[in-house]
Amino acid sequence: MSRLALAWSRSSSATDPARRPARAGLGRIDGRDVAMRFATKTGENVALEKLDISIAPGEFLALLGPSGCGKSTLLNLIAGILKPTSGSLTIDDKPITGPNPGCGIVFQHHSLFPWMSVLENVAFGPRMLRHGDPLGTARSFLALVGLEKHEKAWPASLSGGMQQRVGIARALATYPPVLLMDEPFGALDAQTRSIMQDELLKIWSKFNTTVVFVTHDIEEAIFLADRVVVMKTLPGGVKRDVLIELPRPRDPAVIKSEAFNRYRSEIFELIREETLKVFRPSS
Amino acid sequence: MQSIAARLSPEKWLWTIAGITGFLAVWTLASARIGNPVLLPDPAAVVSGFFSLLNDGTLWTDVRASMKRVLGGFAIASLIAVPLALAMAFSRRLGMLLNPLVIFLRPIPPIAWIPIAILWFGIGDPPSYFITAVAAFFPIFINSYAGGHAVQPEHLHAARSLGAGPRALFLRIYLPSAMPMIATGLRIGLGQSWMAVVTAELIAAHSGLGYMIQANRLALETGLVLVGMCVIGILGALMSVVLELFERKVLVPWKAR
Repeated sequence: MSRLALAWSRSSSATDPARRPARAGLGRIDGRDVAMRFATKTGENVALEKLDISIAPGEFLALLGPSGCGKSTLLNLIAGILKPTSGSLTIDDKPITGPNPGCGIVFQHHSLFPWMSVLENVAFGPRMLRHGDPLGTARSFLALVGLEKHEKAWPASLSGGMQQRVGIARALATYPPVLLMDEPFGALDAQTRSIMQDELLKIWSKFNTTVVFVTHDIEEAIFLADRVVVMKTLPGGVKRDVLIELPRPRDPAVIKSEAFNRYRSEIFELIREETLKVFRPSS
Repeated sequence: MQSIAARLSPEKWLWTIAGITGFLAVWTLASARIGNPVLLPDPAAVVSGFFSLLNDGTLWTDVRASMKRVLGGFAIASLIAVPLALAMAFSRRLGMLLNPLVIFLRPIPPIAWIPIAILWFGIGDPPSYFITAVAAFFPIFINSYAGGHAVQPEHLHAARSLGAGPRALFLRIYLPSAMPMIATGLRIGLGQSWMAVVTAELIAAHSGLGYMIQANRLALETGLVLVGMCVIGILGALMSVVLELFERKVLVPWKAR
């Protein structure tokens, strides 16, 4: 059993899931000179090259960029789903060897286990890590995302927004120091997405988990993140870091503010350059 | 829990009854026109034949013999086909080793196994178990093998990120992912097995519904041949309904509508 699992096993019966022992600044992610190349029929596809990144414990970081910039690749590398071709990538100075409970993942689609009830989905992590009272933990996390009345339902019977809330509850129920989110709200309608963003910030403020959030929606990135990493294309990598110095807690009305607008036009230009590069590779 | 009867609307009931009545009417007319009970007895003769066989107890003996062979062969086939298919889906080497054999054996119809089954096992229960097992094996195997490849990578990644080890990955992710396909295979396999038992009993047994049909044909008791055929049809439909219910309630409840 990992050090983290031991530290949290005592807290799992607490009624408020956010009341857990302090994690003393866990969840720092460091990447040095990371490269990722895929072999294809026509040769080699360089998804990422010479990428350096540092993410502080408890930081909310958004990876933003057009398709083909390698943002999902970077997320999969941090998750341990992919292994970098070269370079080093660590979480809290430990190399990443594969998907593990130190790193919760929320996918865009199909992430819930359809053969388990909503409650069993959320209880899966605590069960695997042998935390005490997995069902109690699962119930408290379902209450956190407002779905305690749906614990007996099959995932397929829930709406897309509800499924993603269950996905977030399941990923958080193991108290991971890092939470990776791969366009989690991409398939939702605009209204639901806006409500989910608001909910996500409220939950994150209770847990102080490091969040890496992949999106191609500029406003979503600015609204959620402490820092937006704009990715570049051909080859993929980091183009620019933009610190978002909007006050927290953030109200959805902040989208109408002048500061928000400035971030939006700045990032819009950066992404436009990269998208054009893909459209006219020769210039 | 909703019964099948409750799901049929009055309109459906009307058409169902009309269909059956029409069939019986055509049958009665045709039988009167032909006027030879050896070629085609009328439905009333079949019903009375059914009750006479029911009363002297031979029908029950034959049904039990056939059922035992089907369920036995089906059980043997399931116990071998499902684990083997899953093992072959997970181990690339085992898959490569055994795939040619499966491709070669699959097109051989169960009926072609009957001569060798008689040579190996004689006449009676053992060759019938063998034939029903062969008939059920391939539908179960092919579907389970496909099911073994049906797992979604996201589910594996999610499970590992939640702390699942190899054992939990197999029992709680791979197996349920394969279950809808396994259930389909079981349903088709049971049907094939039921068809095969009749064939096997026509040749390789001295009891069961297939044997009963064959014996009554030789005695020119066409009415009793039709009784046997009707019982086979009804029991086959009944088993398929029961298995479908088992599938929906036990094997893949999350797919229930």
